[in-house]
Amino acid sequence: MSQADKLKQGQFTNPETPGYVGFANLPNQVHRKSVKKGFEFTLMVVGESGLGKSTLINSLFLTDLYPERVIPGAAEKIERTVQIEASTVEIEERGVKLRLTVVDTPGYGDAINSQDCFSTIIAYIDDQFERYLHDESGLNRRHIVDNRVHCCFYFISPLGHGMKPLDVQFMKAIHNKVNVVPVIAKADTLTLKERERLKRRILDEIDEHGIKIYHLPDAESDEDEDFKEQTRILKASVPFAVVGSNQQIEAKGKKVRGRLYPWGVVEVENPEHNDFLKLRTMLITHMQDLQEVTQDLHYENFRSERLKKGGRLSSHGFLLPLSPAKGAETEEVDKDMILMEKEAELRRMQQMIAKMQAQMQKQGDGDTDSV
Amino acid sequence: MASTDVTRQLDTNVRPLSMSGHVGFDSLPDQLVSRSTGQGFCFNILCIGETGIGKSTLMDTLFNTNFENSESTHFEPKVKLRAQTYQLQESNVQLKLTVVNTVGFGDQMNKEDSYQHVVNYIDAQFESYLQEELKIKRSLHNYHDTRIHACLYFIAPTGHSLKSLDLVTMKKLDSKVNIIPVIAKADTISKSELHKFKIKIMSELVSNGVQIYQFPIDDENVAKINTTMNSHLPFAVVGSTEEVKIGNKMVKARQYPWGVVQVENESHCDFVKLREMLICVNMEDLREQTHTRHYELYRRCKLEEMGFTDTDAENKPVSLQETYETKRQEFLFELQKREEEMRQMFVQRVKEKETELKDAERELQGKFEHLKRLHQEERMKLDEKKTMLEDEISGFSKRKIATELLQAQAFTGSMNIKKDKDRKNSGFM
Repeated sequence: MSQADKLKQGQFTNPETPGYVGFANLPNQVHRKSVKKGFEFTLMVVGESGLGKSTLINSLFLTDLYPERVIPGAAEKIERTVQIEASTVEIEERGVKLRLTVVDTPGYGDAINSQDCFSTIIAYIDDQFERYLHDESGLNRRHIVDNRVHCCFYFISPLGHGMKPLDVQFMKAIHNKVNVVPVIAKADTLTLKERERLKRRILDEIDEHGIKIYHLPDAESDEDEDFKEQTRILKASVPFAVVGSNQQIEAKGKKVRGRLYPWGVVEVENPEHNDFLKLRTMLITHMQDLQEVTQDLHYENFRSERLKKGGRLSSHGFLLPLSPAKGAETEEVDKDMILMEKEAELRRMQQMIAKMQAQMQKQGDGDTDSV
Repeated sequence: MASTDVTRQLDTNVRPLSMSGHVGFDSLPDQLVSRSTGQGFCFNILCIGETGIGKSTLMDTLFNTNFENSESTHFEPKVKLRAQTYQLQESNVQLKLTVVNTVGFGDQMNKEDSYQHVVNYIDAQFESYLQEELKIKRSLHNYHDTRIHACLYFIAPTGHSLKSLDLVTMKKLDSKVNIIPVIAKADTISKSELHKFKIKIMSELVSNGVQIYQFPIDDENVAKINTTMNSHLPFAVVGSTEEVKIGNKMVKARQYPWGVVQVENESHCDFVKLREMLICVNMEDLREQTHTRHYELYRRCKLEEMGFTDTDAENKPVSLQETYETKRQEFLFELQKREEEMRQMFVQRVKEKETELKDAERELQGKFEHLKRLHQEERMKLDEKKTMLEDEISGFSKRKIATELLQAQAFTGSMNIKKDKDRKNSGFM
């Protein structure tokens, strides 16, 4: 058995084993450090009012993120603008701390005219990226807070035949900035056949409009079969059709989270009733991947766009954010003009120097002459 | 069927009489019934709601038939209305049913004038009825009445409140049509949520001054059931054309993994109530309300717009005929004035154009003259130069001849000298 094979089989944890070096312990060290550091995750939820976003978030994290909620009436909604409300909570499970920020977007799709309703949201996402860029380029990088949006759940209404124009427009506007996960809300409106049809319709429309949603990464070839199977099932169920609930119902002798109807009980955590468990699994097992894609893809895109538009190097040698109002062309024109002016100045200076030299020469000659 | 509502006032000259036997005019309602059954009934429903909310399915379920409506797309650029007319029959009663559906309602990004298309449609139906009524030769009993008798407004089951579009649209429609709000796809709301939702909707409608249709409680026969039903508004309905076996019979239902929602089960949804109210009990009242309230309001507004009044400045009743005549005269007068104006404008324009053209002609003439003159001058100059040149040429040729002559003379002179010399020389010899 070669050294490499022995390493793979993890037989090098015991110092007694011949050939022991010890770096097989690295994963444990990573684990320990990350537990100490804690995790951060920012989740954004977007969707029309009344689709069950708050209920779903509460069900996902088994907590109540919205203790004092005021739901406006129809008259107030007519001219309502979109607000951004971010609430951060710290939750802990078996020593692992998660700093979870949920960004809610009340007012989305409420107003009679929704033409402008997502500019606020995009501005918020960009702002988080901007702040991170600024922090990353600063001198003191000890405490960078990562508030970038790692994942966006977009709630699609189950009442229609597919996606609406507002859904398509919004997803196209943010798919290059954030990981978009489409979710079919209030899935207990749909029979199984209707659910399949709606999912297929939505996937077709996503393809048709060229929307880039978040794709689960394929399982590595060295993972076990169960995990591979789970990933396969998850990938096949996108978009997830979910039901959320804040209440515990007594069903078949045990208490379950669900919704009670005269004709039966919808269990939130029953995979045959809806895809809630799949959504939760996806979120938890791929939390790290979501963060990586945000960092490696969306943030890098933003950064390169931003730097191309023009950040100046300040005297301290780090990037100064330039006002985004100036376009790239005016930048160049300004620079050209500055260059030309500088050249003109140089030439003038040279002329002056030549004159002075000539004068000095003459004086020198004059001196020598007079002498 | 246009039944005119005539309020009878008991005159003091009319005294009630009692009869000593059975005469038989209690069969009058029956005669009316058999006549109207023979003629057939007509009913028009308008369904307003978001795409996919279940309008077509509910219509299919209500009338127990398949109206063959295809699914609409969400990407309609503006709201359209699609009307389809069907002939239905139940026992010996014929019903000409027109179902109007909105297409693309609530899908656009900017929904500010979504309601306008619906209002325009309703007004158009009123207008065509008004036109028919005002005709000189009219056939109202043959007229296919397309006025909307009932409007089912489908509310999305969010569980929170009405949407902004719902409120705005219902406010614009409540004076034009009988609005019956229904909560669609009600199998997504649990009982407790439904109760709260209904209360919230009704309070929002009341606080915003929206008048929805109330089932009539003035007729003792139906007052009791109507009052109960009024308290259940808006009806939470579920529609389905598929059948599921429950017990030992097939019922219209929706099958879920967690249970079966039966459409006609009163504890599951209010479908049966809606059917009762809309079709069994109050259909005729809906038609009457449409004609006596909404249509009359429209007619009054329209005629007032045109300038008709019932009483003139001195509060004396004015006959429609006179008003019509005066209107007509005014209109003709107006027409004549306009024609005059147009003619005058035309004449003026022609004059202007003429003067313009004349000016242009004069200018052209002037230019032509000028050019001609220039041409003349050039020509004269040319002639002068020509004569000068000819003079020069002739002078030159004269001089040429003179020099030639001189040369010739000189030559002959030299020859003569030579000859002389020769002679001299020869003389010597």
